[in-house]
Amino acid sequence: MKKILGILLTLVVLFGLTAALGDGFLGAYNQEKLLERTALFGILGIGVAFVIITGGIDLSIGSVVCLVGCGLPWLLVKQEWSPAFALAVVVLVSASIGLIHGLLITKLKLQPFVVTLCGLLVYRGITRGFTEDQSQGFEGGFGSLRQVVTEKIPVMGGFGIPWTWVILVLVAVVAGIFLNKTIYGRYLRALGSNEEAARFSGINTDRMVILSYVVCSLLAGLGGVLFVMDVGSAQPSDFGNFYELYAIAAAVLGGCSLRGGQGTVVGVVIGAAVMQVLKNMINLVTWIPTHIEFAVVGAVILVAVVADELVKRTVATRRARKSS
Amino acid sequence: MLLEVREVTKSFPGVLALRGVDLTLGRGEVLAVLGENGAGKSTLMKILAGVQAADEGTFFLEGKTVRIDSVRAAMAVGIALIHQELNLAENLEIAANIFLGRELRRFGLLDDETMREEAAKYLAMVGLEVDAAMEVGMLPIGKQQLVEIAKALSVDAQVLIMDEPTSSLSQTEAEQLFVVIKDLVSRGVSIIYISHRLSEIGQIADRVMVLRDGENAGELMGAEINHQAMVQLMVGRDLDRFYQRSQHALGEVRMEVHGLRTAAYPDHETSFQLAAGEVVGVAGLVGAGRSEILEALFGVVPALGGEVWINGQQVRISSPQEAIAAGLALVPEDRKTQGAILDMSILENISLASLRRDARGGAFLNLEAENELAQEGIKNLSISTPGVEQYVRYLSGGNQQKVVLAKWLVMKPQVLLLDEPTRGIDVGAKEEIYGLIEALAQQGMAILFVSSELEEVMGLSDRVLVMHEGAFSGELGGDECTEERIMSLATGDATILETTKA
Repeated sequence: MKKILGILLTLVVLFGLTAALGDGFLGAYNQEKLLERTALFGILGIGVAFVIITGGIDLSIGSVVCLVGCGLPWLLVKQEWSPAFALAVVVLVSASIGLIHGLLITKLKLQPFVVTLCGLLVYRGITRGFTEDQSQGFEGGFGSLRQVVTEKIPVMGGFGIPWTWVILVLVAVVAGIFLNKTIYGRYLRALGSNEEAARFSGINTDRMVILSYVVCSLLAGLGGVLFVMDVGSAQPSDFGNFYELYAIAAAVLGGCSLRGGQGTVVGVVIGAAVMQVLKNMINLVTWIPTHIEFAVVGAVILVAVVADELVKRTVATRRARKSS
Repeated sequence: MLLEVREVTKSFPGVLALRGVDLTLGRGEVLAVLGENGAGKSTLMKILAGVQAADEGTFFLEGKTVRIDSVRAAMAVGIALIHQELNLAENLEIAANIFLGRELRRFGLLDDETMREEAAKYLAMVGLEVDAAMEVGMLPIGKQQLVEIAKALSVDAQVLIMDEPTSSLSQTEAEQLFVVIKDLVSRGVSIIYISHRLSEIGQIADRVMVLRDGENAGELMGAEINHQAMVQLMVGRDLDRFYQRSQHALGEVRMEVHGLRTAAYPDHETSFQLAAGEVVGVAGLVGAGRSEILEALFGVVPALGGEVWINGQQVRISSPQEAIAAGLALVPEDRKTQGAILDMSILENISLASLRRDARGGAFLNLEAENELAQEGIKNLSISTPGVEQYVRYLSGGNQQKVVLAKWLVMKPQVLLLDEPTRGIDVGAKEEIYGLIEALAQQGMAILFVSSELEEVMGLSDRVLVMHEGAFSGELGGDECTEERIMSLATGDATILETTKA
């Protein structure tokens, strides 16, 4: 709880600021959209958090979103596959991507950065290839399938909780239980802190690292499915661009250390929310020019991690003093 | 007096490393600084060389106060430290290493020619006859050390601090080094010499200064320098009481190893056996292949060949998981990178190996069991900490090592493998770990330990196996075990044995 206090406070402050300064921020439609976007990026963030906890990184998330986001409508509309079969293939492809990353990183000892950077290029290239760089969409069909994403659970006054949010909560609960309540979560943290010591303690570290990359790519795949169902069509050249960076930013804001060993699911979800509120704020507050979005997002993340580092140092000195 | 140091104090989180230590050094003197691991020698040397700053203390050079607060400042007053692990860039040539950071230039570009000429002069001073344009990595360790000394001389060092210079040298290389030292001393250079090898200290030191628990424990001059006197000052009590070893009642054969081959020495095989309740020490020089044997037995780096039998059953070990299942446990050599996870709590460290065994439904953490194990470990091994939640990073070296031990004792292993179990921990914790090893042997555990401290090997073992270049060069038991015999077997140098016998 202590670990996520800072980011929670940031969220509350940003939320309050935007409500005060921006027009229509608290409106039902805007809030629904905000929840939905937070849910989508939260899912990607939770995925990459698994990898970051092991001390790794995954830069291919955006391209996996693109591959799946374009691939699913392509299979359904152009290839006329049945939804069940198409979804199964999508899941299988996502998991295989993670498996390949994990094997290359553990068995060939390649650096995660390099492996997933190549992935980033390869999956987008493949997508633009088989789609012939043409936009892929559901063309008005598959309404019942897309309902999972487009429908809301009505609450009051025209405001409803989007189904994607429910999916996020499910993913978060399972991930939270896995990371905090099972021995495998502990193994992931242990190997992220000190892989050699974990191996010397009898942990099959390779298997755990591979697992984390599979989880990350699977959740990227799930994200891709939800994103494309939400917007209805996907352009191979830019669908999912920079999404890996948003996911990584959410994870880092949420308390994951890129040095490995640390991170909480709730923190990552709040981190994703902070990113979305920030984007919303830039759009709604009239005197902030929209084109400086990246500069604002970058600056806020920087301030957050600097503050986090300073707090950690104070805690460390205090702990050290206490034990001497 | 060339160098005089008064009342040096230095503390680290959790440890007071030095308390009011004094040191004096005359011109052209060889001063040996002795002490157990953790006594504060390295810290004192780092302070003298400006690597670390003292909390308190004054420094005089030829009677004048000097400030030593950086390596540069130490070099300016003529103090140079030669690290145990040599600090040379192996991919650069000798001359480039000697002039690293103060390269000679001509028209703004490197002047390799002049540097090589200059370097040759200093190489001659240390009796090294090699081309200054040679890559340092091509030289054997002993010669690399001489390059380090030449480098120190090139900055006009008056005080050379040598930290365990012979720890990875062969006997012949060490003898060469002593000749160089005597030559330097005759030119007025002063030497501070740190070593665990007491016999060589008797050979070259004019004076011995002993540190114990971060304080001056005493000094020996000239004829007073003998083995017994040095050990007494270092340990501060009789050795026999320090190592409380009783006669072990040996049980049945617990572990048998046949023809084990490791990647370090693929052509050499080792075989040995270990009985229940037996403590066997493995001695040898750094690089003799001792750690490799433990790592192969534990499956960290699987053996290239060989058979391992535990309690009469052959076991196949190609990963730590299999080793643990076979009843083995390894406390590795490097506590901070292999043993403990510094940024996790004591509780999480102690339960790490037993998580799977104690898991609920095969996968879920069992917090009560974990807590119980951690409390038990803290109590049984007297780990001093405010609580189970404390991060291991903030514990002293001795307590960190106890946490690693506790992690394995929870598993109730049949055979306990220890690699340098007391490296870098203070005397008090050392004594506790010795007591623990003794108690475990009494309970019937078979213990195989590697140590570079001869006192420790001789004090704890029922039997000592000595390694030389990947193979056992001898086995010594009980009264046969002397420092000279171990060293002669370890260096593969039978002549020492002959002279000591004569």
